[in-house]
Amino acid sequence: MKRISSFRRHRIAGPILVVAALFTIGTAFVAASALPSAQSTMTTGTSTLVSEGKAIFLRGCSSCHGLHAEGGSIAPSLIGVGSASVDFQVGTGRMPMADMSQQAMQKKPVYNAQETAALAAYVSSLAPGPSSVTNESLTYERDGNSALGGQLFRTNCAMCHNFAGQGGALTNGKYAPSLMGVEPKYIYEAMVTGPQSMPKFTDATITPQEKLSIIKWLQAANHEQNQGGASLGRVGPVTEGLLGWVLGLGLLIGAAAWLAMKAK
Amino acid sequence: MSNQIERFQDPGLPEHVHRNADVDPKAEKRAERQVAVLFLLSAVGTVLTIASYIFIKSDKYTYLPVMGSTNIQQLFLGIGLTASTLFIGLGAIQWAKKLMPDQEVIAERHEFRSEESDREDFVATLKEYGGSAGLGRRSLIKRSMGVALGLVGLSPLVLLRDTGPLPKKFFETNSWAAGTKLLLDPSGTPIKASDLEVGAVAQVLPELPAGTERTLENTGKDAVLLIRLRPEDFNLDAERLSWTHEGIIAFSKICTHMGCAVALYEQQTHHLLCPCHQSTFDVTRAAKVIFGPAARPLPQLAITVDADGYLVAKQPFTVPVGPSFWERNSSNG
Repeated sequence: MKRISSFRRHRIAGPILVVAALFTIGTAFVAASALPSAQSTMTTGTSTLVSEGKAIFLRGCSSCHGLHAEGGSIAPSLIGVGSASVDFQVGTGRMPMADMSQQAMQKKPVYNAQETAALAAYVSSLAPGPSSVTNESLTYERDGNSALGGQLFRTNCAMCHNFAGQGGALTNGKYAPSLMGVEPKYIYEAMVTGPQSMPKFTDATITPQEKLSIIKWLQAANHEQNQGGASLGRVGPVTEGLLGWVLGLGLLIGAAAWLAMKAK
Repeated sequence: MSNQIERFQDPGLPEHVHRNADVDPKAEKRAERQVAVLFLLSAVGTVLTIASYIFIKSDKYTYLPVMGSTNIQQLFLGIGLTASTLFIGLGAIQWAKKLMPDQEVIAERHEFRSEESDREDFVATLKEYGGSAGLGRRSLIKRSMGVALGLVGLSPLVLLRDTGPLPKKFFETNSWAAGTKLLLDPSGTPIKASDLEVGAVAQVLPELPAGTERTLENTGKDAVLLIRLRPEDFNLDAERLSWTHEGIIAFSKICTHMGCAVALYEQQTHHLLCPCHQSTFDVTRAAKVIFGPAARPLPQLAITVDADGYLVAKQPFTVPVGPSFWERNSSNG
């Protein structure tokens, strides 16, 4: 006691006291504010997120999909499509559509990640459906088998998306998009939900592990290097033929013209 | 005033112009050097080819604009081989054009028809010798020669038989029978109706009897596509509707036009599209052809469930699957 009281007159006693006081007040404030903030995150996780999502839905989606997401003459019902469908359609910018063309195209997303999550929470609160996934939850590097993935891809996907995942044409201006550079979670969600023209691939017909294999194969195809020469888009004989006919024959015609020209 | 048209005068052949290299020794030297440089470039190309084969590792890649990530060895092999062959050709052309003898040779065109006197001579000769050889009289020779000449073309036709075994019933048969289980391709697991949601598809193959190996030849006839629709979307007659199960309908995947795998299913329009020639089939109307060159709908496989609830074929295909063939019995469609 004696020593402390003698210490209080030391010249660094003042600054130490101030720092200690600030630390105590700060810790107490953080501790006091932590409780309500934790509560508010929880509510955002459920009802607040849903009501936020409903507000965004009424503003941005209801003119086509209906006030209760029941669908209309120009847009399908969203009851039961699940958060996976919302995450795919809104996260890749396909929804909201830019115009009523044949197909909703991928573009810069209109809503940010949080708004997308809110919309997804609202739509999945209407009726249960496939849940959205994150890139981190897809452990395709560990659990996937790219050889099996390639086999599955050629059986189930290649007819529309091309044998190298480059995409291809469907009827009346619709098309299957290229899968190069697409985030794994969007590939997964597309298989589960079957967006637009694409059919669904349920977990019973292609198991979640097989889906990871397909993603692993696509990642490998994405980083496939050119073994010799240009890839020419990897769409098969079409570009090869075009180049052969236009460039190859053009060169031959040029050579023939040069051959027949009179030398000076 | 004469209204005669002024006749266009034949300008004759243009005067021969000598090349620079023919008249100017300096130009001749230059042309000689050009040819030599082209040939030497070819030699450099060959050296580059051999050197890149030996000295560049085959697993090294580099990024090139437009081309993307490219194998360096293959790139230089290509450049070297192109140079080594192309520059030989270019050198030879340059040589021929600039330095080889420059003589102009003119060959006038003549009438295709022979001179009248030659034609008459020919007919006279034919008559004279034809008559004395007795072509008109010796009918035995004429007929036997006809038989010999007619038959001589047959042996190559018979040898065509060696091109392969006859298909026999191969095109008409496949592995589907009543009660054959539908297995997922490639995993080989059986499917229940509840495994497919509305809008879902599955690629399936028949379960083969024990001990039978699945060959590519058989898969080419057996492949089937399962699609689940809302039952109210179907527009089928009673018989075809009874071939579906709870909205699940099964079609042969082999296009009736050229045999490509038809599996581009648009789940919103219920159209099935063949990637080869764009034949489009309407799934709701038993794969009726609505566009493209296919002549017949895709054969529908009647399906039902077995005691364990797995999807099985109710009966084999009623028509041969795939494209038309010579002996095809088309009485059932």
